[in-house]
Amino acid sequence: MTEQEKLEKKKKRTKRCCITITVLFITCMLIIPLVSVIVNSLKEGIGFYIRSISTEYVRSALGVTFLATVIAVVINTFFGICAAWLLTKFSFRGKQILATLIDIPFSISPVIVGLAYLMTFGRLGWFYPVIRAFNQFFGTNVRITFAIPGVVLATIFVTFPFVSREIIPVLNAQGKDEEEAAALMGASGFTIFRKITLPQMKWGLLYGIILCTARALGEFGAVNALSKTRGETFTLPLEIDALYMSGTDQSITAAFAASSILVIIAVIILIIRNILERKHIEQ
Amino acid sequence: MDQVKKRKKAKKARVIPGFHLTLGIVVTMLSLIVLIPLASVLVHSLGISPKEFFALLWKPNVRNAFFTSIGCSFAAAVCNAVFGLVIAWTLVKYDFPCKKLLDGFIELPFALPTAVAGITLSKLYSENGFFGKGFALLGMKVSYTKVGLVIALVFVGIPFVVRAVQPVLEKLDEQYEEAAYMLGASPVKTFFLVIFPELKPALLTGFGLAFARGIGEYGSVIYISGNSAKDKTQVISYVIMQKLSYIDYAGATAIALVMLVISFILLLFVNIVQARQSARTNLL
Repeated sequence: MTEQEKLEKKKKRTKRCCITITVLFITCMLIIPLVSVIVNSLKEGIGFYIRSISTEYVRSALGVTFLATVIAVVINTFFGICAAWLLTKFSFRGKQILATLIDIPFSISPVIVGLAYLMTFGRLGWFYPVIRAFNQFFGTNVRITFAIPGVVLATIFVTFPFVSREIIPVLNAQGKDEEEAAALMGASGFTIFRKITLPQMKWGLLYGIILCTARALGEFGAVNALSKTRGETFTLPLEIDALYMSGTDQSITAAFAASSILVIIAVIILIIRNILERKHIEQ
Repeated sequence: MDQVKKRKKAKKARVIPGFHLTLGIVVTMLSLIVLIPLASVLVHSLGISPKEFFALLWKPNVRNAFFTSIGCSFAAAVCNAVFGLVIAWTLVKYDFPCKKLLDGFIELPFALPTAVAGITLSKLYSENGFFGKGFALLGMKVSYTKVGLVIALVFVGIPFVVRAVQPVLEKLDEQYEEAAYMLGASPVKTFFLVIFPELKPALLTGFGLAFARGIGEYGSVIYISGNSAKDKTQVISYVIMQKLSYIDYAGATAIALVMLVISFILLLFVNIVQARQSARTNLL
């Protein structure tokens, strides 16, 4: 056997080895857990499945989850576009610091987010007297912690940089020559944005919105600290937790049934994300 | 002198509109949603005397939780770096059936809610679960031990490494490899001396992100870890949550402050690695 043949054989063996490891890892660590949610959720039959995803608690949790997600996505998309415009079209002192500060929510434990909101709006928080004064003055009963506003705020916090992070690199790669030319020719800021910047960042923006939605739907740690009433302020992940922690076989199956809703959404998100990526590469 | 001044002025004159508007919006929203709440954690933790602060952190369960969280996240990040590198390499360099599908699954941990991942993994690795049965035959217990904790952290961390390494591998010029072969280097030598140094910054970035995520992880680990103080399987996020439910805010903020410092250091590490990488590519 020549040296060349030996090398070819070795290369082939490495290839087979790498492919085996990859396929095994992805199957065992990612695909089997996904399938097992569905299998576990159907353990007690389809009738039980339908009953357990249509209880009062699950329906209320779904409502809270969708409300928080929609608000978070809208606010963070608005913020993301503003931040991307600011950070890619202008240079100013402290830009790098601002960019780092925007990325903070990425690296913070969700539990600390919950704690931070308790420390700000809870009984010990410095904002509490403001809320109390507001309530006394208007005769209302606005609450933030352990109520829907707290859940929404926490969801906004954890998904805060998702949109801006996706569109900033896209806009940076495009440069700002076109916008400058448009501005010199007298186009207004909004026209420039609509005609030049928006088409440039379209795919990045959609991808950011998708990621933001996924994360907002599944947020658990931060809302766990801020929401205590089952059937009122619980989001779907919290309801799953409550069902799973009840510990009986039936409630565990019900927890998996509720999880299957989120799994289906996760799979749809993955599919959309892959379609977007392919379209982006085609362009 | 005059020219310098002129240039400064030219730099200041902004052609594109919207600077003050977007600056105002960004700073206001960032302060209201992120900075002010985090600052109140800082203010509350500064209210604790240093002696009390260290006493709170030195309690056995807090100390153990820190060791568990950091140790397990480190182990998981190392696993992720190794497997992530192999997976990224395979997905970029080789062709095989179902490749696109497997590639799509890599981001599942980003899309799947952590609580769902947590209960599923816990069930799979429990004594009568799909994988747990196999391990039980070998006499190993996975759910409710540190091994289970590491598995959950590998699950949440894997996309960070794969997605950091993949683009760099795609851009890597194959000519380097060929040149190394021609000059007589063995494939192993080529990999470690030619390819690996190019991948190192991306690999370190992925490692750092997975490690940081692991330390703060809550939803996906609390079910599989068992949260036993005796077996030292409580993670630090769980301890904070426990303190919150006992309304021990001083203890919770003290731990939170240390965690904020750790995640800040890791973020800094990742940023330095990335800055060096871009400085290098600009030189070339």
